[in-house]
Amino acid sequence: MIKAKVVKNILQRDIPEKLEGIGELEPFAGAFTKLKKGWMEEETVPPPNKAKMPHSDKTCSDLKEAILRTNPKDGMTVSFHHHLRGGDSLLVQSIQILAELGIKDITLASSSLTSAHDPILPYLKDGTITQIYSSGIRGELGKAIAEGVMPKPAVIHSHGGRVRSVHTGRIKIDLAVIAASASDEEGNCTGSHGKSAFGSMGYASIDAWYAKQVIVVTDHIVDYPCVPRSISQNYVDYVVKVDSIGDPSKIAGGTTRITKAPMDLQIARLAANVIEHSGELKEDFSFQVGAGGASLAVAKYLRKIMRRREIKGSFILGGVTSYGVDMLNEGLFRSIFDVQSFDAAVSTSLMDNPYHIEIPAGLYANPFNCGCMTNKLDIVVLGALEIDTDFNVNVITGSEGYVRGASGGHCDTASGANLTVVVCPSFRGRIPIVKDKVHTIVTPGESIDVLVTERGICVNPKRPELRENLIKAGIAVKDIKELATEVEKITGKAKPIENTDRIVGVVEYRDGSIIDVIRQVKD
Amino acid sequence: MLYIPGNNPAMLQQGSVYGADGVLLDLEDAVALNQKDSARILVSHMLEYISYEGCEVTVRVNHIDTPFGLEDLKQIVPLQPDAIRLPKVETLDEIKRIIDVIEQIEDEHQLPHDKMNVHVMIETALGVQNVYDIAKYSPRIDAISIGGQDLAADMQLVKANDGIGIDYARKQIVMAAKACKIDVFDTVFVDVENEEGLREDAEYIKKLGFTGKAIINPRQIEIVNEVFTPTEKEIRKAVKIVKAFERNTKEGIGVFAVDGKMVDAPVVQRAMRVLEMADIEMADL
Repeated sequence: MIKAKVVKNILQRDIPEKLEGIGELEPFAGAFTKLKKGWMEEETVPPPNKAKMPHSDKTCSDLKEAILRTNPKDGMTVSFHHHLRGGDSLLVQSIQILAELGIKDITLASSSLTSAHDPILPYLKDGTITQIYSSGIRGELGKAIAEGVMPKPAVIHSHGGRVRSVHTGRIKIDLAVIAASASDEEGNCTGSHGKSAFGSMGYASIDAWYAKQVIVVTDHIVDYPCVPRSISQNYVDYVVKVDSIGDPSKIAGGTTRITKAPMDLQIARLAANVIEHSGELKEDFSFQVGAGGASLAVAKYLRKIMRRREIKGSFILGGVTSYGVDMLNEGLFRSIFDVQSFDAAVSTSLMDNPYHIEIPAGLYANPFNCGCMTNKLDIVVLGALEIDTDFNVNVITGSEGYVRGASGGHCDTASGANLTVVVCPSFRGRIPIVKDKVHTIVTPGESIDVLVTERGICVNPKRPELRENLIKAGIAVKDIKELATEVEKITGKAKPIENTDRIVGVVEYRDGSIIDVIRQVKD
Repeated sequence: MLYIPGNNPAMLQQGSVYGADGVLLDLEDAVALNQKDSARILVSHMLEYISYEGCEVTVRVNHIDTPFGLEDLKQIVPLQPDAIRLPKVETLDEIKRIIDVIEQIEDEHQLPHDKMNVHVMIETALGVQNVYDIAKYSPRIDAISIGGQDLAADMQLVKANDGIGIDYARKQIVMAAKACKIDVFDTVFVDVENEEGLREDAEYIKKLGFTGKAIINPRQIEIVNEVFTPTEKEIRKAVKIVKAFERNTKEGIGVFAVDGKMVDAPVVQRAMRVLEMADIEMADL
């Protein structure tokens, strides 16, 4: 095998010009370099043209029959969405069926992978699955990929980048298996009602549109027509009724609660204070926040500030929690644009409130259209596994070099928002989080405006006016290099992760260029 | 003032980041008997290596008559935290004896007697009866505090959470502190999930005259700080009073009216205290 030439991208990361299993790679050249041209250079591929005979029956007796009817073959690409969160059993069931049928060399294109998908690990080792495209990989799969079990490198993309990849044909979906909490027999389906209701189906819409074959799987068949619907019958080939699409306690379980961890609350309090004095918190602002730890807790403090200052926001975007729904119901925001619901309590609002609007992933974050919602964001609060002194953020690899996170909408929202706030502790356990160089870059520092940790608030030097606003408000601002040094004094210098030269994953920026690669960890 | 168990390295390391005015590194009740030595060693190292920037650091030692108290003093006093907190002090003789030991240790290490302050905890009925004598014994005693849980036990109270049983003691201790012109801290509020209860309790003890309150969870800091921080309205009123006072003093007027209400020296004094708590310098007005 001839070794491909390696070039440095704009962030000084070594990127090969070509990689077996993926093809040519374009080095990342800046967050807006490709966007500012106004169009995408790459050609797009058309969606498939399909046909059904009049009054043909789409229903199948079980998932295996449906898969058989799609004529599966070696080398196929199978896609799934991750709206069932940790409760998903459909992906595992489908891969097991394909493996039983002896299908090999599958490309798995799930919008994300969680530890619920650990049971497919043997199929990564036996050649059933040979490549993965996903926005996130966790659990045993992430560990195995970093250890080099797969012949082809995994591709980590953002939520917006996934849509672009489908449009360009980098991801060519042969079969989309789409879980729905309710469907009619024609395949009009939704996630917003039924016993396993999970909310928005935003990530599945591009799969339904572009996949050569689409199977909708539900545990709740409703009379025709299914109303409301997220996916329309004209995209759907087959419909399967199963007893269960997964573990209901993990799919439809509960309401996201604000953390009680004192450290997360403290960071959130500081972040809300930063937002209040940033100059971006004004009437009609738009807002996005993650569901975890400190990120969601920021919403709690922001809610208090909005009440006190009598500010009303325009919209909440993104992954939506019941906490966001509460803010909508209180009148603090006028609408929610929901690509993914983080908890089941959101489903009712999606059903009942016309201003709680389900959106597809393309509208949410695809950089190559004229109106992606992340471009309209004023304020986003994001987490980080690591952040370096140039504000580059890693949300994909952990301290041992294993893949254990998700790119998700991180770089999409960071690039679009007027104010991108990263919240994280300065160290976890004895591992520094703020450091000279992150192991893997997912979001470039140019998109990050301010870092909030328990030990200091650091403003990107590219935002001097933000720094000034905060200082005027009496907020202590620290140089990020000073903070990194301070952290290192407490934790000691972490030993670098030992890698081999072999590339086991590439991290795509939302525009399709390669921002970083993931190398195999040494034993 | 945030209590941190002396045997918990993670909490000791992060103690200063939550916004408390002070941290109290505890070697006493928060530490199990079989952990006393390790807590003492850990706290000693923390005092040497961790910066508690912006936080007053106090160490609560075990009572001198326990098997751990003297060793605690021998280890901690040479490190000179901002203050040392002495639990369950009951009599004048006792405080004299302990301070003698502290100063003996300081002499052995050639340390001054006026750098590290002493906080005294009153946690028994006898202590409450003797509180004024105890508090006024030494100028280095700059704060007293009430230990509500131990006091309730000493008073054989079955139900103590409503604070009724220790109400007299609280008032007595506040009065002794005020007479000695030193700070006075209230006991902890143990139900960390009950945020409203904490707020009511903090508001009540603020009215009694306490300077602050001990807390056992960082989540309680925000509420206690909110209660003890003057509101914008209070600050505006105080500024008005102080400005009017300065104007009238120049004209030789001692009693005057602000917004239709009489203002004399004690009212001005209270307004100045509000500004002090809000960290507003008179010269800035």
